[in-house]
Amino acid sequence: MSKQNEILLDPLIDNNPIGLQVLGICSALAVTTQLDKAIVMTFAVMFVLAASNVIISLLRNQIPGSVRIIAQLTIIASLVMIADQFLRAFLYEISLQLSVFVGLIITNCIIMGRAEAFAMQNKPWPAFLDAIGNSAGYGLVLIAVAIPRELLGSGKLFGVTVLQTVSEGGWYVQNGFMVMAPAAFILIGIFIWAVRAYRPEQVEEEFHVGALFEPGYEGDLR
Amino acid sequence: MEHYLSLAMKAIFVENMALAFFLGMCSFLAVSRKVETAIGLGVAVIFVLGLTTPLNQFLVENFLEEGALAWIPGGESVNLSFLSYLVLIGTIAATVQVVEMAIDRYLPALYGSLGVFLPLIAVNCAILGGALFMVQRDYTFGEAAVYGVGSGVGWFLAIVALAAVRERLRYSDVPPPLRGLGITFITVGLMAIAFMSFSGIQL
Repeated sequence: MSKQNEILLDPLIDNNPIGLQVLGICSALAVTTQLDKAIVMTFAVMFVLAASNVIISLLRNQIPGSVRIIAQLTIIASLVMIADQFLRAFLYEISLQLSVFVGLIITNCIIMGRAEAFAMQNKPWPAFLDAIGNSAGYGLVLIAVAIPRELLGSGKLFGVTVLQTVSEGGWYVQNGFMVMAPAAFILIGIFIWAVRAYRPEQVEEEFHVGALFEPGYEGDLR
Repeated sequence: MEHYLSLAMKAIFVENMALAFFLGMCSFLAVSRKVETAIGLGVAVIFVLGLTTPLNQFLVENFLEEGALAWIPGGESVNLSFLSYLVLIGTIAATVQVVEMAIDRYLPALYGSLGVFLPLIAVNCAILGGALFMVQRDYTFGEAAVYGVGSGVGWFLAIVALAAVRERLRYSDVPPPLRGLGITFITVGLMAIAFMSFSGIQL
């Protein structure tokens, strides 16, 4: 039981996919201008990740090692197609705003990363818990970045006015910087700073994920 | 001609893949520790984007779009665009695989410097992102080729610049919790501000 809790809760802070594993950053930055976009994106990723982890875990003994990347991509792409068609049918407005980023869930490194690191070695139930935990950790960062961006950038939360802006006759002067691209980078940087100040054991020393890709690294790259 | 030039400028600077659309971030942050490796990955991205974007454009225009199958009797009303994700990523993964084998066979010297990056690139969001933007904006074949190479060059510039900054950063006294990933994000944020000054430039 405690093992299952660990799989589920560990990715929230201790091993956060964005903060520590450096996965899935592209979409985390792009969809955080509004809170509702961030939440829809979180659920789309949660669906795709949970389904792909379970399917890949069920097939883990059938997929040959040499073509596993393509096999995983096909499974993930099919699931993303389902998620995309669902969003277009029921949440058309938001799916327009998310534009290409729904399709980009396919190459969201969290999904490939978890398939490769966890689902290929584990049974379906732990793989499912791992998926829920990691997508919740992803969602946590998305929401933590989206709240200041939407609140300070347009004075709203979920599209509801919280701080009445000057242009609408209120007192709040919008911070236009918050809705632009650079703000997302800086906010995530600050988020990581805050988490690591609270959990000093996450502070990076010499080793880094990038080391895996540098020449001379004696690991399994393929 | 001018149209293509302006499209290329737009793809390289104004709509920089990495700094304006956040695409290819995972490898952008992970492989930008050294200028040398950053150049290797950047060149591989230019190569693959320049190759797969026009290829995907051809497939989408001739097989997937609504009415694209009109050349088959009875194909006028077929719309396969819901399959586009599968086709785009399949093309990218297959191209990367073929290119990797071809380089390995015919250009061993290039393989030594580029080879390790190619498998990584299949899952680089910049490549799929380029294809998806191409579909969304309805580019023609020529435009897709220019856009592919242009956005690759933009990504290359961004990653080499970031790697150069990070090499210098090694000598500075960064607060411990901010070391590594944290300060890199903030650096990229500042670079993105600089790139914003390109917006509005038109040829």
